[in-house]
Amino acid sequence: MTKTLEIRDLWANVGETPILKGVNLTVPRGEVHALMGPNGAGKSTLGKVIAGDPSYEVVKGEVLLDGENILGLEPDERARKGIFLAFQYPVEVPGVTIANFLRLALQARHGKEVPLTEFYGKLQRAIEVLEWDEAYVTRYLNEGFSGGEKKRNEILQLMVLEPKYAILDETDSGLDIDALKIVAKGVNAMRGPEFGALVITHYQRLLNYIVPDVVHVMMDGRVVKTGDKQLALELEERGYDWLKAEVGA
Amino acid sequence: MSDAELKHISEDYQWGFSDDVEPEVKLKGLTPEVVRTISKLKGEPEWLLEFRLQALETYFAKPWPNWGPDLSELRRQMDDFYYYVKPPARENARSWDEVPEEIRRTYEKLGIPEAEQKVLAGVGAQYDSEMVYHSIKEELDKKGVIFTSIEDGVREHEDLFRRYFSKVVPPTDNKFAALNSALFSGGSFVYVPPGVDVEVPLQAYFRVNTEGFGQFERTLIIVDEGAKVHYIEGCTAPIYTSEALHTGVIEIVVMDGAESRYTTIQNWPVNMYNLVTQRALVGENAYHMWLDGNLGSKVTMKYPSSILKGRGARSEILSIAFAGDGQHLDTGGKLIFNAPDTSGSIVSKSISKGEGRSSYRGLVKVPPKGERARVNVECDALLVNENSKTDTYPYMEIASDSASVGHEATVSRLADDQIFYLTTRGIPEDEAAALIVRGFIEPVAKELPLEFAVELNRLIELEMEGSVG
Repeated sequence: MTKTLEIRDLWANVGETPILKGVNLTVPRGEVHALMGPNGAGKSTLGKVIAGDPSYEVVKGEVLLDGENILGLEPDERARKGIFLAFQYPVEVPGVTIANFLRLALQARHGKEVPLTEFYGKLQRAIEVLEWDEAYVTRYLNEGFSGGEKKRNEILQLMVLEPKYAILDETDSGLDIDALKIVAKGVNAMRGPEFGALVITHYQRLLNYIVPDVVHVMMDGRVVKTGDKQLALELEERGYDWLKAEVGA
Repeated sequence: MSDAELKHISEDYQWGFSDDVEPEVKLKGLTPEVVRTISKLKGEPEWLLEFRLQALETYFAKPWPNWGPDLSELRRQMDDFYYYVKPPARENARSWDEVPEEIRRTYEKLGIPEAEQKVLAGVGAQYDSEMVYHSIKEELDKKGVIFTSIEDGVREHEDLFRRYFSKVVPPTDNKFAALNSALFSGGSFVYVPPGVDVEVPLQAYFRVNTEGFGQFERTLIIVDEGAKVHYIEGCTAPIYTSEALHTGVIEIVVMDGAESRYTTIQNWPVNMYNLVTQRALVGENAYHMWLDGNLGSKVTMKYPSSILKGRGARSEILSIAFAGDGQHLDTGGKLIFNAPDTSGSIVSKSISKGEGRSSYRGLVKVPPKGERARVNVECDALLVNENSKTDTYPYMEIASDSASVGHEATVSRLADDQIFYLTTRGIPEDEAAALIVRGFIEPVAKELPLEFAVELNRLIELEMEGSVG
């Protein structure tokens, strides 16, 4: 079985406007890939389309999770198959505690009741890595959370749900250095042969802490260049213009 | 009906008379004769009969309300009802097989034991509930707590009963209180002596007796000084009954320093009109909580009220209403601050699904003597679908300069982005919607006793199935 998340010639619109114009990208399990690019390139859109956001219409292409095309599946089905999207703007759900919500999600993932001890075990480990206070899990999901807390909560969910493939949508936006390090700690704790991640980021800084195996750059709806972590450093230094010229975008 | 006929009936159908074959009594129409028969069958004292007859006149004299949900269909049927039935009519459900599929399915989903299901459906007799009642009764007797049917209250504790009965809700209060006062049958009479803490919640359900689920229940609860009690009425499971009108009156007297709670969850059938008057009189430094859950019925008009008549009295009114297709739930509460240094709050959570209409109607009244009253009202509405409706009628009459009054109202739609967020975590759409609804009512639901909360959650899941997308 191929253990990859393969995006093949993906085209997607919002309304009449094409945003993704033939994306090709493969993330094998065991690797962490970074996805960079200027504003409007379609990075976040890619993440949302993979997760199944109904605001977007897929016009062409496939997204193969371990060889199976998931584009025909509902978002919850995709999640149960092992996709996780860490939102750029996590949504508040008042009255629902994090603990309660996570337990439900974990049960959905496993298709059966998860024993309380097992659940709390996972939760404990994740909280420790993220250096968070246990009291957080009794708070209502994202309600009244600061930006940093919301992002940390996304990583908490990632660590408890243990997906096969995680897409982190600009998880670093709005975070200070300390918060950034914690987020990185969580993601790095997930690294392993069964886990693949696509880290969408605008800035190089996060990649100092989550060192990518591969770096892709997206421009105008397509992946235009792929390299290693050096590529990220080069972009940081030189900006995107040189690359635009190179690829004629 | 002649006196001879009346006498004949009452000899055969005496209250508490047990026989193998329970004969039927069905009294149709709204007349003084019907009222007399009821009173006679119950063996009531003369003063109570007079009270009933007077109340009937009051009922006829009062106009139908010109506000609130549409009652015209009910009005057309008023002459056709059986106003007293013993045993309670279950013509359509003599056998378990005849109980409608949806009802049976709901019971299954709620995980209600089969025996209980049968009682709820009106099939078979009261069962374990009687045994539970008897075991509690011993404990209560030791503490001097009275917990009986309203009829036994009249019979065995007439003076106590008479002292408080209809003082909190007089028949003149409103048309349906008058109707109830004329026809009341079934309900509870509770008295808690000074300083006694009734640790176990008293459940109306324990006393399911031959009156079954009465159309005209009357409950009177007296909590003496410093005492504490929690009374629970109703259940989340749908009651299967052919009655179309439920007009209840609940009166609660909370004396100085006492604490009481009254919890209701109702899930009446969707052809039923549920018009209830609930009121508590709260004494000095006393506390009362109304916890009101409304899920069923075609129309509900219910505004649990607290009159804070002693200095330092406090009351909270927490309400949930869930209206689906064909339902109009008009609920809320009233707080009246008739003494200084009193405080109260109303938290109302209304949900409208499909073409359901859920409305908040509340009154906060602070007269000049309500000095330094502190009150907060929060009414939140959640609309599940595009055609769902909600209304808010918050009335505030504040006549004291030192009162501090807050009011917040929100209306929200079941947000697509919330649903999407939850589904990306593997939770199917319907469950996600149910989760959001449960989160919405959480501030009120968390006050429910655990079994109710669990049942309520399951019921919401059922309601939310197929409601999204």
